[in-house]
Amino acid sequence: MSLGDSATPLGKVRGLGSAREGGEHWLSERATSVALLLLGAWLLASLLLLPTLDQRTLAEWLGKPSGAVPMALLVVIGFWHGLAGMKVVVDDYVHDEANRWAVNIFFLFLAVAGASLALFALGRIAFGAAA
Amino acid sequence: MAAVRERPMSPHLSIWRWGPHMVVSILHRITGVGLSIAGLAVLTWWLMAISGNADDYSAFTDAASGWFGKLVLIGLTWAFFQHLFSGIRHLVMDTGMGFELKANKTGAVLTIVGSIAATILLWAYWLGALK
Repeated sequence: MSLGDSATPLGKVRGLGSAREGGEHWLSERATSVALLLLGAWLLASLLLLPTLDQRTLAEWLGKPSGAVPMALLVVIGFWHGLAGMKVVVDDYVHDEANRWAVNIFFLFLAVAGASLALFALGRIAFGAAA
Repeated sequence: MAAVRERPMSPHLSIWRWGPHMVVSILHRITGVGLSIAGLAVLTWWLMAISGNADDYSAFTDAASGWFGKLVLIGLTWAFFQHLFSGIRHLVMDTGMGFELKANKTGAVLTIVGSIAATILLWAYWLGALK
């Protein structure tokens, strides 16, 4: 899915803007940040509204669709946004092209593995394999 | 032939002083890296702990309630608010607003004041409520 075009028509005529995928990356960082604004507010409100923070209460909260779905979105979009941000940092500071590729791939693997683990946990809560 | 006049080079890369906007800019990056690594790791561990058995969950709460755990969680809370508020500031600036010196400086200071205030309020409430 394209999130739009970061370059203005005038910028295009003048040949300004990213030569590669920078514009798309920049926009996806913004789009995910807006989503995380909403999901972060949801998480904060949920934690404040829950009567207690013991395991049973939390599992009941995350076992229902109203808890599980926003949390799954928070996990996926959180890791996505984190990965996008780390790429900016890596691209800024790792100057050797091969190293930069390797570090970016490392964070990509880490993000996918972390998000998978978090989603597995949510699945285990919602579909009740344990507890 | 006229002597070459020593003229100051621009930009003055070595002549600058810290301002709130610079602090907020680098804080945005530091808190972003912190949230991406430590924040998502804690979130994933927390979800895994909730989805596991009682021992899994108490292993998390034991770690979280120690002085180091509290330090990490309070630090992540501050990082969350700082990144959230300076992220909102970034979104506003992406529209082209808030570049006037005074408005820019005020906005930068507000993100720091807001993040510290929100962290103190939230943890004062939590540490009081959890007793």
